[in-house]
Order: sequence, then C-alpha cells, then structure tokens
Amino acid sequence: MTLKISDVFIGQELPTLDLTFTRADLVAYANASGDQNPIHQDEAFAKSVGLPDVIAHGMLTMGRAIRVVTDWVGDPTAVISYSVRMTRPVVVPNTAKGSIVSFTGKVAQINDDGTVQVDLGAVFGDTKVLGLARATVRLAQ
Amino acid sequence: MGMNHDMIGHVYPRSKPYLVTSENISAFVEALGDSNPAYADGIVAPPTFSIVVTMNAMDTAFHDPALQLDYSRLVHSDQKFEYVRPIRVGDELTVSALVEEIKPLGTNEIATFKTDVFSGDELVVTGWSKIVVRGPEA
Repeated sequence: MTLKISDVFIGQELPTLDLTFTRADLVAYANASGDQNPIHQDEAFAKSVGLPDVIAHGMLTMGRAIRVVTDWVGDPTAVISYSVRMTRPVVVPNTAKGSIVSFTGKVAQINDDGTVQVDLGAVFGDTKVLGLARATVRLAQ
Repeated sequence: MGMNHDMIGHVYPRSKPYLVTSENISAFVEALGDSNPAYADGIVAPPTFSIVVTMNAMDTAFHDPALQLDYSRLVHSDQKFEYVRPIRVGDELTVSALVEEIKPLGTNEIATFKTDVFSGDELVVTGWSKIVVRGPEA
C-alpha cells in the first residue's frame, strides 16, 4: 500500500515504534557500518572514558528512527531529506533485554511542492536521545 | 590548542570508489533490524547507508595533521542528509569532503563537514556532519 498526500494532515501522529538495542545489535551495526569505535562494544573502555556503560552508535539510533517514517510511507526512497541532533547516548547494558527506545513521529508541515515534513522523537527512559529530528518525504499525489 | 581555522573551505581529494553490493546493503538493513519489504532483495539501501562512505571520508580529514583536531575528544553531534536519489546496488561511490565551518562554542569547538557522495559523476546524496571537539576540562 502506498501512502498518498491526500491521506496526510498536519498534526497527524505516526505509529510509535519501540525498538530494542542489545550488545549484539551494536556489534552487527559496527560490522555493517565500519564504525568499530570501542565505546560501542567494550564496557571497560567505555567506562575508562567516563561513560556509564557501552553506548549505541548515534547513527544506529538515527537509522532506526527513520523507520517511523518509512514504515508509514511504505517506500523508503520517498525520503528526500533527513536530519537529527544526537543529544544523549543510548546506554546499552550487557543483558538479553537490552535497552528500549521509543520512536515517535508527527506531521509538522505539508509543503506547496507536495512534500511532507515529519518531526521525529526518540526517548530512552525519560531521556530524549535525538533532538531537531526531522524528515521530508515526497508522497504520491 | 584549537583547530586550524585556515582549513575552512578546504576540500579533500575524492575518496577511493566503494562498490555497493547487495551483501553490504543486507548487512546494514539487518543491523538496523528493518523488515521493510523494499529492502528484501538487497537492491535499494536505507537512507542512512551513506554514512558508511561519508564517515570513512571524514576519518581521513579527522586524522589530517593540518586540521589539528583532537580525535580523542571528538563527538558526532548532528547529521543531515539531502537525497538526490537512493543508493543502489552496483553504485561506485566516491566522496568529496569539504570543511564547511569551524567555530568556537564556549570552551568547545564545533566543525561542520559537507560530504558530497557521487556514483561516477552523478551526485547521489549530500551529507552534513557536525562534530564537537570538547575543550579542556574546567
């Protein structure tokens, strides 16, 4: 199913996604992205540089947040711009349960050129981990 | 000692070509845990896949002695992408990295790198990465 511009209104809330981050996810992302910084895998190293524990790659959080939009639109190639500020890290303990981040989205603007701006949120516990997060998508007429 | 402001406007040489394979795409999709059927055949890459090549290109800049950047105090704070088209399997990506801005922010310094990602001669996506280099502890 393809989302059309006529299906969209300002203030519309997109379905929330609660996604789990585990140590295994961080290893997989490190290998897939090439970012092998030990703060994302090595607990002793992370603590030695003042972090509470291993933290997720900010780009993994960014990569997952856009799913709120792409799951909603269906076609991920509809995204024409995407930006975030990585305000706080997602701390990932060495447990099977991992950490859960709640991702939200809301239609902020419908532009004259038929593109739609979605403002995104990402909350871990009671901490906002992304700020100024927004994506613009081009939808079918 | 801060970063070298004379480097503002400097463009680094084009990075070596990176061939996008369906294995690369699938590994990235799997790491994101994204089950969108659009990625199932490993042809189209997710929007943030471009970081694989832009981060690599910026790493070259980060370690350039002329930039005088203290890598151990670097934090990636903001990321933006503007897409011309999605990255696809078979693309041979090269990156042109520009030092767009360096400025103080309190005791820290912030720098913005603009990264144009090409497949051959075609511009595919432009990225902007803002980094913070933490100053000495008070």
